[in-house]
Amino acid sequence: MSHPPYLYPGYRSTVLRAPAHEPVMPVLGPDSVELTSPVFGHEELGALDADLTGRHPGEPLGERIIVTGRLLDGSGRPVRGALVEVWQANAAGRYAHGGDRHPAPLDPNFTGAGRCLTDGEGRYRFVTIKPGAYPWRNHRNAWRPAHIHFSVFGTAFAQRLVTQMYFPGDPLFAHDPILRSIPEQDDRDLLVSRFDLDATEPEWALGYQWDIVLGDTPTEA
Amino acid sequence: MTAPHLRATPSQTVGPFFAHALPYETGPEVVPGWRPGAIRVHGRVLDGAGTAVPDALVEIWQADEDGEVPRRPGGLRRAGHGFSGFGRCATSPDGHYWFDTVKPGAAGGGGAAPFIAVLVFARGLLKPVFTRLYFPEDGAVHAGDPLLAAVPAARRGTLVAEREDGGAYRFDIHLQGEGETVFLGF
Repeated sequence: MSHPPYLYPGYRSTVLRAPAHEPVMPVLGPDSVELTSPVFGHEELGALDADLTGRHPGEPLGERIIVTGRLLDGSGRPVRGALVEVWQANAAGRYAHGGDRHPAPLDPNFTGAGRCLTDGEGRYRFVTIKPGAYPWRNHRNAWRPAHIHFSVFGTAFAQRLVTQMYFPGDPLFAHDPILRSIPEQDDRDLLVSRFDLDATEPEWALGYQWDIVLGDTPTEA
Repeated sequence: MTAPHLRATPSQTVGPFFAHALPYETGPEVVPGWRPGAIRVHGRVLDGAGTAVPDALVEIWQADEDGEVPRRPGGLRRAGHGFSGFGRCATSPDGHYWFDTVKPGAAGGGGAAPFIAVLVFARGLLKPVFTRLYFPEDGAVHAGDPLLAAVPAARRGTLVAEREDGGAYRFDIHLQGEGETVFLGF
């Protein structure tokens, strides 16, 4: 199992929020409701939703990037028409969220939220700026590696995934309990995007490539 | 030839700062509250100390009154009194969430009772918790429900909402501790 456990004391917030009982597996597996997923349509999304740099009158500060990849099932088949939502801090490491007290500047031209539907090949693509690292109060001198949050719907509600995408070579990986809550190094590496010259657009933006693989629903496993 | 089996992308916490991105205005309205037959489902998300979780995101997914699972778009933007089956609500500072929806019909086979699938994300949850909300008036069919039958009797009640005087259904979600809600191992 590649997922972290619920309880990982190094990440302090898990201590009072991790369920203590073992999860119950329904004898018959997930039911028809849990084996299906909400369906989303293009008419529900705005034309600019996938461009996080184009939502305000001016250009946001920071390094413009393109983040793209495919949403796949465990057999490598594309998951088409799936809703992918992203959110992130700005280039200075500050979220456009009232609760963020990090004394780094807000950017009036960057909100840091976007969404899109995967195309016929399961591909998503966002234009954004590279988020900054930021401090949090989990332990003394705690800093989160730069990351983009992803929320993904599969073909089953039981496959629902929320995770974080990281950038290659970040020196904070070794010090981050959230990434390190994943037991196996091979699985942690799955959350690190790779720089991709093919996704890079000349004179405009660096490209990063990151595929997302949804778990099988238990009855398929 | 067997299909390649790829390692699944691991889950990470939703974190505390999703409020500018994931909630949307009609998220809690699976149907408008004025629709005939609409029900209110609500409750609080609580941690192991019994303290409100003010930064949780609750999602529901369900069948309609006839037990049909919706197959058409509309989860984010509903037209008129359309029913999409999907709802999303961020908890308030006192840990409260709510949905206006309809009572689902039984959708599963094998004697399954009607339920709403419930998913909770939060800071401190490295992966979401799945549960089910069952309805108190369906006690007769609960006895034959395959999931409820698999849950120890002492914990079964955590999966059944409470009917309030005004007609709303109350469903508190205890992540840990006294009365910990039964979570499902998907």
